[in-house]
Amino acid sequence: MTQTLTLSKVTKTYQGVTALDEVSLRVSPGERVALLGHNGAGKSTMMKIILGLIPFDHGKVEVAAAAPGSAAARARVAYLPENAAFHPALTGEEQIGFYLRLRGRPASEAAGLLERVGLGSAARRRIGTYSKGMRQRVGLAQTLIGAPDLLVLDEPTSGLDPVSRRDFYALLDGLASDGAAILLSSHALTEVEARTDRIVILAKGRVVAEGTLADLRRQAALPLQVQVTPAVDKAGAVLAALPGATAAGRQVVLSCAQDDKLPLLARIAALNGAVADVDIQPPSLEDIYSHFSRRDGQ
Amino acid sequence: MNRILATCAAEFRIARRNRWVTISALMMVLFGMVLSAAGSAPTGALGADRLSVTVASLTSLAVYLVPLLALLLAFDAVAGELERGTLPLLLAYPVSRPEALIGKLIAHLAVLSVALLAGYGTAALAAIAVDTRALAGLPALFRLFWSSLLLGATFLGTGYALSAWSRRPSAAAGLGIGLWLVVIVLYDLALLAGIVADNGGFFTTALFPYALLANPADAFRLYNLSASQATAAAAGIAGAAATIPGWQSLASILLWPLAALGLAIAAFRKVTL
Ligand SMILES: Nc1ncnc2c1ncn2[C@@H]1O[C@H](COP(=O)(O)OP(=O)(O)OP(=O)(O)O)[C@@H](O)[C@H]1O
Ligand SMILES: [Mg+2]
Repeated sequence: MTQTLTLSKVTKTYQGVTALDEVSLRVSPGERVALLGHNGAGKSTMMKIILGLIPFDHGKVEVAAAAPGSAAARARVAYLPENAAFHPALTGEEQIGFYLRLRGRPASEAAGLLERVGLGSAARRRIGTYSKGMRQRVGLAQTLIGAPDLLVLDEPTSGLDPVSRRDFYALLDGLASDGAAILLSSHALTEVEARTDRIVILAKGRVVAEGTLADLRRQAALPLQVQVTPAVDKAGAVLAALPGATAAGRQVVLSCAQDDKLPLLARIAALNGAVADVDIQPPSLEDIYSHFSRRDGQ
Repeated sequence: MNRILATCAAEFRIARRNRWVTISALMMVLFGMVLSAAGSAPTGALGADRLSVTVASLTSLAVYLVPLLALLLAFDAVAGELERGTLPLLLAYPVSRPEALIGKLIAHLAVLSVALLAGYGTAALAAIAVDTRALAGLPALFRLFWSSLLLGATFLGTGYALSAWSRRPSAAAGLGIGLWLVVIVLYDLALLAGIVADNGGFFTTALFPYALLANPADAFRLYNLSASQATAAAAGIAGAAATIPGWQSLASILLWPLAALGLAIAAFRKVTL
């Protein structure tokens, strides 16, 4: 399938600081890709390069079969900058109307777009009177103009309340199923986990991991945490029977590799009357994320 | 074209909301009224109609006020967008930097037109009310109007360039005031000092006319005075106006806006995000 977005070995330095180091990435039509990474990892820099807003040093970027920042690319790509800002003296409707006209569409579509992001009732108020989340929604509304091929969204859910976040991802699902490619950055791992097709982790300007959540979980091969609750007065017996286990309050905890999970459970089951309960926790997305971003990064 | 018009409409709306339109129009009306009141002293001896006399005094006023208004309108154009953080999104849209700048320029010229129409209109009505021959001065008033717009365009363009170079609105405003002082006030003082020291020598005869033409504000004054019936009513450089052909000052006031716009576009192109 032809790619909507291709970056090959893109390098960008700011006066000696390497912001991106040989970064490669592809996004296909209909695909939702999440870009994760610590503060200063290079997420916003990558997005600005894709939009053609800043130059890069080496590598190749192709956006909707055109050069980044070219008129053809700009006509096909929607952008939500981080901390999107608007002129406080304009109303939401006037601001969106302006963006519509820049894309050659009638300003009258503004009301419908604002309705879609839940700003219908505030459309005729000045943006200066909006809350942070409402301004963010104006930013989202302008990305919906004219069915773009690629949406580049820099922390789109920052400042949104939980319900609006869910609405936002529902909106994205609709766009993706219509064939739009979506690249978004986020620090909210749990929502990204459920709502995107692929995760890319950047650390210090390098791609350190890429794939579906299941892929990353397998690659990281992080140990599971097992918590055993001993029966009354049996803590000593349980500790003795499980090498590597430590006492934590009333509980006995130990970690175990994925492959050792079943043998361990069998041994715990064999302890029979000495065990009151068992809990197994798989590594969280936070654990996987910090595993990757720490390994090559910080 | 559509994108330029969209930018222009949004900018004009912002200028209206920020009270720029009202403030600049009120300011011009105020000055127009003061000038009419001051000019109501007898002028009949000169043989010129009342409106032509008014145009001559409006010209001296416009030389100071039009560049000032233009710089005040322009200083925020790029630096303000940078500071508010609205520039990255704008530049991600299919609008080129020259288009965005030209859209702003047209909007600001519209604001300036409203102010000039209000101010010059007030003064003209006052003149026509007391002198029936004043209608003869209408062509001069019309010329003053469009040449004022050209003068305004020159300082709008320069203001955009300063705005792009300085990147911060406060710095851009400071630079704008500095530019106004140098080009409008100090330049003429320096020329005057040169003439006095030179005492009719090479500077006065060979360089001085070109020095006047090189300054857009002086060229504007020259053009309006040389074409006016009432040169005698204006003091200062009126003598020089007689020696410089009208087409030269006209060329200067036509070329300056283009040069200023070119400068603004070049400066805006250099702005990195
Ligand atoms: N204009 C600039 N001049 C110099 N260095 C810059 C500039 N913009 C970004 N950098 C540097 O480039 C690196 C990447 O920054 P970037 O903004 O892309 O990070 P990010 O991943 O978006 O971080 P965050 O999660 O905080 O938004 C950082 O080290 C930053 O200091
Ligand atoms: Mg960022």
